[in-house]
Amino acid sequence: MTARAYTPGLKVSARTRHRVRRILPIAGDVLVQAGDAVQARQAVAHAFMPGDVTPINMANLLSMPPTDVPDCMLKKEGDRIDVGDVLARTPGIFGLFRSEHTSTVSGTLESISAVTGQVIVRGEPLGVEVRAYLAGRVAEIVPNEGCVIEADAAFVQGIFGIGGEAFGPIRRAAADHADPLTEDRITPDMEGAVIVGGARMTEAAIERARAVGASAIVSGGIDDADIRAFLGYDLGVAITGSENVGLTLIITEGFGDIAMAQRTFDLLASLEGREAAVNGATQIRAGVMRPEIVVPLPDDAAGETAGTSDAGFLETGAPVRIIRDPHFGRIGAVGALPAELHVLESGSKARVLEVRLDSGESVIIPRANVELIEQ
Amino acid sequence: MSRIDPDRVQVILATDCGSTTTKAILIQKIDGVFRQTHRGEAPTTVEEPFADVTMGVLNAVTETQELAGRRLIDADGRIIQPASGDEGCDIYISTSSAGGGLQMMVAGVIRQMTAESAKRAALGAGAIVMDVIAANDKRRPHEQIQRIRELRPDMILVSGGVDGGTTTHVVRLAELIAPAKPRPRFGSEYTLPIIYAGNADAAPLVADVITDGFDLTVVDNLRPVLERENLGPARDAIHDLFLEHVMAHAPGYDKLIQWTDAPIMPTPGAVGNILETIARERGINVVGVDIGGATTDVFSVFDGVFNRTVSANLGMSYSISNVCAEAGMDNILRWVHIPMDARELRNRVKNKMIRPTTIPQSLEALVFEQAVAREALRLAYLQHKEFATTLKGVQRQRTVGDTFSQESSGETIVDNMALNLLVASGGVLSHAPSMRQTAMLLIDAFEPEGFTTLAKDSIFMMPHLGVLAEVHPQASVEVFERDCLIHLGAVAAAAGSGKPGQACFRYQVRGDTLEASGEMRVGDMKLYPLGLGETARVAIQPERGFDFGAGPGRAVERDVEGGTVGLILDARGRPLQVEGGVEGWVRALELYPEGSVA
Repeated sequence: MTARAYTPGLKVSARTRHRVRRILPIAGDVLVQAGDAVQARQAVAHAFMPGDVTPINMANLLSMPPTDVPDCMLKKEGDRIDVGDVLARTPGIFGLFRSEHTSTVSGTLESISAVTGQVIVRGEPLGVEVRAYLAGRVAEIVPNEGCVIEADAAFVQGIFGIGGEAFGPIRRAAADHADPLTEDRITPDMEGAVIVGGARMTEAAIERARAVGASAIVSGGIDDADIRAFLGYDLGVAITGSENVGLTLIITEGFGDIAMAQRTFDLLASLEGREAAVNGATQIRAGVMRPEIVVPLPDDAAGETAGTSDAGFLETGAPVRIIRDPHFGRIGAVGALPAELHVLESGSKARVLEVRLDSGESVIIPRANVELIEQ
Repeated sequence: MSRIDPDRVQVILATDCGSTTTKAILIQKIDGVFRQTHRGEAPTTVEEPFADVTMGVLNAVTETQELAGRRLIDADGRIIQPASGDEGCDIYISTSSAGGGLQMMVAGVIRQMTAESAKRAALGAGAIVMDVIAANDKRRPHEQIQRIRELRPDMILVSGGVDGGTTTHVVRLAELIAPAKPRPRFGSEYTLPIIYAGNADAAPLVADVITDGFDLTVVDNLRPVLERENLGPARDAIHDLFLEHVMAHAPGYDKLIQWTDAPIMPTPGAVGNILETIARERGINVVGVDIGGATTDVFSVFDGVFNRTVSANLGMSYSISNVCAEAGMDNILRWVHIPMDARELRNRVKNKMIRPTTIPQSLEALVFEQAVAREALRLAYLQHKEFATTLKGVQRQRTVGDTFSQESSGETIVDNMALNLLVASGGVLSHAPSMRQTAMLLIDAFEPEGFTTLAKDSIFMMPHLGVLAEVHPQASVEVFERDCLIHLGAVAAAAGSGKPGQACFRYQVRGDTLEASGEMRVGDMKLYPLGLGETARVAIQPERGFDFGAGPGRAVERDVEGGTVGLILDARGRPLQVEGGVEGWVRALELYPEGSVA
């Protein structure tokens, strides 16, 4: 048995070749070509989704059997309908006492049913647009669907986020990685910015960031009660990204009073003033999706481009973060990887590892309770 | 499959492709009896960068072949068939829940009648039911269409009307679905399968409406008359379409389908299959539960009637936060015997949600997780009881004798007093450090009454055996009885309520290894050792107001089988009153290490 174990980790990279797939939900037109330089907010593909559908129970409205509905229709399937158009009219008695139905919606008449007496009008097509998100070059075109964009970028994966894609310059609002992000650190000139704090962000700080019109707020941790107050409901499962809360929120470490990892903080602080693209969308199921902060770097900047693996092997000396109590949030290096099972305090048997904490102390932790810190 | 001669089968290989792990088991005929001999597992490889499920299957089988010392894969990476000497297997079968399993939407005319029957058919086939559309579901037509558009089901089951009944309402359902043009999960090339299992007279009219972009299959009505369900044809059609459409689009399944000797089944469908088989063969009532990270499945067979429910957001990792939200922190903490800080626990729950693979290291964390599990199981069982009912909407002739009876249609058929066997599976139950904890979790959450046998699925083998039951029922039953279940023991529990400390029942236990007698007071629990394979006769004399199945205050005698835990006597009453009792119960069953109880 080799002393290697596969363990997921969150990526924090000062420079990496980053690729993003920008795909439409349905087939449409791609607006760029391979090799084009694109800006984050630029549209790269668009499409029209079939419009909303309005069913009209014509048989009921005109008090007639469903089988008579087709003969009373003044519009045929495929006809354009505007608000105020008369859709159907009954023949009445000797041409008198006719009743009719005037459309309250516009669109196209899709179907007329002689079985149910129902008429269906489809509304105007709905436009959908996909933006570049990452400022860079178009590396590949996916015909009728979208494209792949590539750029050298600094890349930080968070552990959990709220809200979708947002853009803005990075603004530091904490003295160091263990500095809580409180209300007084948020100033009006942070409008449109991606605010970076250190330790736990408070509810008051989030509210203030929203009030000044910040794009996003990033910090090490958050208290469960604060996120509940911010959202107005309790989160049941970690599938987020579609919240419409006026601000994208990302935490890098976890829930509770927890400081941002030093390396993550130092990297983000070094990028102050640069334009970032962030996405709070998180999906923790099979096919996991974590929130991210991407800061495109100029092509000519010097520096190594790191690999893009998002998981690795536990090896002696590898930097790890403990991700469960009783040592939650502590950082250290793998000291030893004993092969045999170890009996935990809970009574369970599990494979463990020894972690040498930064303080010099050594602790035994189940392998499932650490994550690699990606270089 | 016709080409398999059951009498010649010696070696069976089975895999279950879960969303994270692919598990392989090897079954061999030893001394004329089928036994599960070896197992292996490997990460599932449906997602990028592998995107081929067979890689994970081969990895899991490779581990099995190494442990078994039997070559199962040839040089071309194919499973060797048939078995000869110490190579290969005679039957290869598989189940799958990878990629989120089978997700369906169902529709029916009346929510409590045909729509509910359709839901039962879909759940029974192993699907996750995303929504139920019905003419009377209180949503307006445009809201229903909007909902259908937003969901991305793998397939839709439409029912409605008894044969010869309404056609208009059924066609109206089809008219909601057709223009909604729901986008399937597997991209624009996929034609969405729709199964129609409603009023036969409406079938041609439905076919006129559901045309472009859909693949319509018409089967027999699942509710031909109000008094009877006929779920078989719809369930079979779901399985066929699951293979033809859903599986065929999942990466690597085209290959896997060709390898197997029986159709690949959705995992929960297979679990249901084996429980139904066992209940039928032994003539007993069974409840099975599988508690996972995201969902909890409950299966029951009472008087031959099978039901399955999926509680989509009750689970121990991905959905743990939802369990806390639904049950309430107070309800969870009532099961905890050591002091804990609620605010910190809330943060811990969220941390488990975002890092779902972590395991409890401290005793406090374990006690808390097991408390959450009790509530998740309790809520899932409540949902199951509400769903597993007699058919609703059935007119019954009432006689004078029924005057004082409150029975009506739509009553739950789940009867804890009639329950014979309660089977547990899923990480928190099967990996609990002590089997006593598993037994206690089951008793606390399900509240069995009278005499009930408790067991756990040793290595989550039920899915494999469910498919095997289709091709080789004898092998399936033999392995189920010998290797799949680990018997925990039996519980004898009094139904009824009384004041703590008041007399509840007297008992006498006689067996080869155990002789005991005594009196139990309300609130008491007692554990007697009764090992695997040992039996004892238990005689109970309940006090007035307490029932063991023969009626309040009436004596009962039963033979019970032992297990790894033993015989548990439970005088806490039903429904269970939790407040104030937990510490005593933890002590009585020595659930946690000494020192954890004040």
